[in-house]
Amino acid sequence: MNIITNNKWIGQRTIRPDGADKVTGRAAFAADTNMPGMIWGKILRSPHPHARIRSIDTSKAEALPGVKAVVTSRDIVDFPVDKSVMLGIQDMRWMCRNVMARDKALFPGHPVAAVAATTEAIAAKACELIEVDYEVLPWSIEIDDALKPDAPILHEFIKFEGKPSNIAGKLEVKKGDVAEGFKQAEVIIERSFTTRPVHQGYIEPHACLISVAPDNKTTIWSSSQGQFMVRAMVAYLTGIPQSDIRAIPAEIGGGFGGKTIVYLEPLATLLAKKSGRPVKMVMTREEVMRATGPTSGSKSTVKIGARKDGTIVAAQGTFYLQAGALPGSPIRGAVGCSFSPYDIPNVLSVGYDVLSNRSKVAAYRAPGAPIGAYAVECVMDELAEALKIDPLELRLRNAAKQGTKAAFGPVFPRIGYVETLEAAKTHPHYKAPLKKLQGRGVASGFWFNAGGESSAQVNITEDGNVVVTTGHPDIGGSRAAIANICAELLGIDYRRVSVLIGDTATIGFSNLTGGSRVLFASAMVVTQSTDKIITTLRERAAKIWEIDPEAVKWENGAAHPASPNAGKFEPLTLAELAAKAPQMGGPIGAGVQLNTEGAEGGFGTHICDVEVDIELGIARVIRYTAVQDVGRAIHPGYVEGQMQGGVAQGIGWALNEEYIYNRDGKVDNPGFLDYRMPVCSDLPMLDTVMVEVPNPKHPQGVKGVGEVPLVPVMAAVANAIHNALGQRFYSLPMSPPRVLEAIEAKG
Amino acid sequence: MAKLHVSTTINGEPMEFLCEPDATMLDALRGPLALTGSKEGCSSGDCGACSITLDDRLVCSCLMLAVEAEGREIRTIEGMANGEHLHPLQQKFLEVAALQCGICTSGMLVASDALLRKNPKPSEEEVRFWLAGNLCRCTGYDKIVRAVLETASEMREAAQ
Amino acid sequence: MTDIRYLAPGTLDEAIRAFAAGGSAARILAGGTDLLVQMRAGSVKPGLIVDIKKIAEMSAIEETADGGFRIGAAVPGAVLAEHPRFGQVWPGVLEAVNLIGSTQVQGRASAGGNLCNGSPAGDSVPAMVAAGAVVTLQGPNGRRELPVEKVPAGPGRTNLLPGEILVSFALPPRSKGSSDAYLRMIPRTEMDIAVVGVGVSLTLKDGVCTAARVGLGAVAPTVLLVEAAAKALIGSKLDDAALNAAAAACSAACRPIDDKRGTIVYRTKIAGVLLRRTAGIAARRAREN
Repeated sequence: MNIITNNKWIGQRTIRPDGADKVTGRAAFAADTNMPGMIWGKILRSPHPHARIRSIDTSKAEALPGVKAVVTSRDIVDFPVDKSVMLGIQDMRWMCRNVMARDKALFPGHPVAAVAATTEAIAAKACELIEVDYEVLPWSIEIDDALKPDAPILHEFIKFEGKPSNIAGKLEVKKGDVAEGFKQAEVIIERSFTTRPVHQGYIEPHACLISVAPDNKTTIWSSSQGQFMVRAMVAYLTGIPQSDIRAIPAEIGGGFGGKTIVYLEPLATLLAKKSGRPVKMVMTREEVMRATGPTSGSKSTVKIGARKDGTIVAAQGTFYLQAGALPGSPIRGAVGCSFSPYDIPNVLSVGYDVLSNRSKVAAYRAPGAPIGAYAVECVMDELAEALKIDPLELRLRNAAKQGTKAAFGPVFPRIGYVETLEAAKTHPHYKAPLKKLQGRGVASGFWFNAGGESSAQVNITEDGNVVVTTGHPDIGGSRAAIANICAELLGIDYRRVSVLIGDTATIGFSNLTGGSRVLFASAMVVTQSTDKIITTLRERAAKIWEIDPEAVKWENGAAHPASPNAGKFEPLTLAELAAKAPQMGGPIGAGVQLNTEGAEGGFGTHICDVEVDIELGIARVIRYTAVQDVGRAIHPGYVEGQMQGGVAQGIGWALNEEYIYNRDGKVDNPGFLDYRMPVCSDLPMLDTVMVEVPNPKHPQGVKGVGEVPLVPVMAAVANAIHNALGQRFYSLPMSPPRVLEAIEAKG
Repeated sequence: MAKLHVSTTINGEPMEFLCEPDATMLDALRGPLALTGSKEGCSSGDCGACSITLDDRLVCSCLMLAVEAEGREIRTIEGMANGEHLHPLQQKFLEVAALQCGICTSGMLVASDALLRKNPKPSEEEVRFWLAGNLCRCTGYDKIVRAVLETASEMREAAQ
Repeated sequence: MTDIRYLAPGTLDEAIRAFAAGGSAARILAGGTDLLVQMRAGSVKPGLIVDIKKIAEMSAIEETADGGFRIGAAVPGAVLAEHPRFGQVWPGVLEAVNLIGSTQVQGRASAGGNLCNGSPAGDSVPAMVAAGAVVTLQGPNGRRELPVEKVPAGPGRTNLLPGEILVSFALPPRSKGSSDAYLRMIPRTEMDIAVVGVGVSLTLKDGVCTAARVGLGAVAPTVLLVEAAAKALIGSKLDDAALNAAAAACSAACRPIDDKRGTIVYRTKIAGVLLRRTAGIAARRAREN
């Protein structure tokens, strides 16, 4: 372990290395670049929620002047449904059917064909000329409808309990014996909850620019959370070998998990290959809302039993999450995370993956965990009320600690959950007075985080500065944190460290930007690379001084004799050693590729105040404090930013965001006007408290921070509204008509 | 139908471009003018990522036809810095980490600049309502609002 | 490859000639905050766009000899807000116009466009109706005037005759003790289409309401002039009984739909709540005049 104290750069709010570009409009996002000879791609999408595709006639489109290529599912590599091919957590059987419909269109907006033409207008016109013969089929969207005995089955080959079903999977996690456990309970609260599907809401639509030469050499420039994922998916779906594909990550305008798969890239690659021209494809906001993966809507039932002294004896949760049209809802997050803040002897947590005719869900910030936490943390609040115990105190009495066995498997090492509860309890917010029609709620949450593969290259320039190349798209300021770490280790000014993100040709394999892992993983490999460089620098100084390398230390950007015994020598700076590099053994640099381990989960505890206009049913968040165990805040500004961003998304999910469907099964609000994300005037300042319990398995003590902040929010808001109104909400969003209805029902 | 020719002034410089009659100013900026600092988030005037000023008036460039730029003065994010010197708002955004992914940042800066030109002493509420048309999904707006308020205060002090 | 034409005439006569000649495929462009969105969505495909912003009358704000106001149909909300006196005389109309969209939208959006777009939820309309605004229309058959409440014909439709262009709004002179207000219900704090919008204009003399008009939006195919609500206020001291009666009249006048923005039940209830609040604000302002 290598936790450094008295830091110069770690913990400082330095200016991010990519900052000047971002504030001047220079930063190149995927839609910002052009290539000579570039043409435009557009997608024809199914208008039907569920339809067999009998035939597609593209001849009129192909004949339209200006059209250079047309692609249908015939051009995409098929992955037979009886053989699973996994790429991370994605199954290529579903990916190949998601990027384009094969025999069936499965949701309104499902791509059916794609066209590339010399202008966007011609490409759009060509799409209109494609004739598709659909056999319209019955459809279902909501979980209840998809589970009815006579519900239309989306995929005959998906079986549950031996029969074709819309249940594509089940996950169960068990600890002890809940039946016995509940027998010991003196108070039991059991409630059912529903949530509507919500979208990640990134402001930048998906976009890519792809060029394929006649020898298959492919260059991809795209907005994604993983250039290696892009390369692999495109290789799988087009048949072009990975070694012929160079996937370059553009600056990314938000992802939150939604850009951990591809939608456009395989289609644009095929269009570029067929046409011999670079193809640019940019989604409209409507396409993003209709046809990219939001997260699941859900139905959950949670039952928690406790003794009168507040000890929880048993907990049970059943979580139904929508997968959309193809399998893969995040039941793992709901099932595994929801009870994890607590040390409960008997737990049964079960999740079901439910298919229906809406777009396939994609990851959204701690996928599945916010849905499960909403249910569990609301039941915890009711339990506290029934037991007449303060809600934070109830959590403290049952808090997971080092040594607690989580229901999902591992035994927790040193974790910081209790610290978040204590910090919340003693925070002035918790005791601040409330006025009439104002209320306060608390909630906690947990997310697994992740480690995984990462590569880095650290090279010393001939003039004695540093270039770091890492492998993960920077979605929240990770370059700034890396610069802080590298500068700290080398003992030089952070401005001398340049941090770049490599592409698949210029850096080693690095897994997705997601799972709250970028800084954790990249810091490890950058640290190891930098440590190797420091070893080299010490060796070279030792050679110059003709002493043993053991007698040389590296401090404040220079080699020094380690002790007076080693001899009296003037320090040799990084610049001096760099200048001597050619004569002393060559370039000074190192690269490390690892499957990083030691990532630990994160915990958060939030306090939310709301004020309710009881005549209009409008709840507004008026104060919010998020406390989180962040490991080590390498760059506090960007850690706070992750916390504040997650909170804002959760408030939207709690109060106003939802997918609204019309009678024809189509999304009725595919835009920012009626898909109501929080605007600046909706929110108060969002206070954050970073509790630092360093991760002992990480050289700088880093823990993932990005996803935990979304997990507790909806329950915190719901519990606050309850505190204000005396009314519980078991359904999200708590939009004004629903709040007013509940107020009036109560009388 | 032949394209229309437009002569306009952008960030103080005379510029010309060709466009379709139904092209928006955003299309023109990101296309023939190669000024990609203004971003397209929705093309329906709901996100503000395309914000510019038209004769000093804050507008969405996606809600303006490109041909309307004829004879007018347009200012975009590219005109905010003075050569190598960042505008105080740009500098402050970097110092207080008021951006994460950066896609909304161009629009936020143009809108914030328009606010401070009109009202050098805005309250927090005024800042929030002025910026309601600029969506951000990453930051929760907290640091953006702080950046604008702090910059406003510093600019007032500098002016004294 | 498009076959759209764009014209920016300098006179009203030119505009009318071109607009009439363009037939059903012609559209008027003022701020463009509705038209461009509709074009991008494909719901409107104009053959001709007539930009009226160069016509002096359309962009002028004038105080008339009798003490009223004439506002050109294309005046952006932000410009109206900068007029030194308008907001003092008609705070309700101004706040209604200024609620249309974001700051960016305010830089362009006009009361004329808002009215002619024909949305039952257009924010400026209930306040204009309450104010008793009269619009001036001009077309191939000449100029005419129409009370503003007679303009909307249904969702997306107006009673303008083919070739007619909305030229300006005339607001009557204000007697002492008069003011107005506009409130809307939206789920967020900004950026939403009104779920319900209420405009109230009234005159108080010695504490008694001697004149009132109530405009109600987003609860019927057109904005409504709710005469029953006004009647309940006139002659009263705006006490609870009068306000409740007026609120009930507004709820009774509602013929809303269930849609992605609100339900019938909710809108009907809120119409009454907002009437009470709006009338209260208008009264407070009127007492200060």
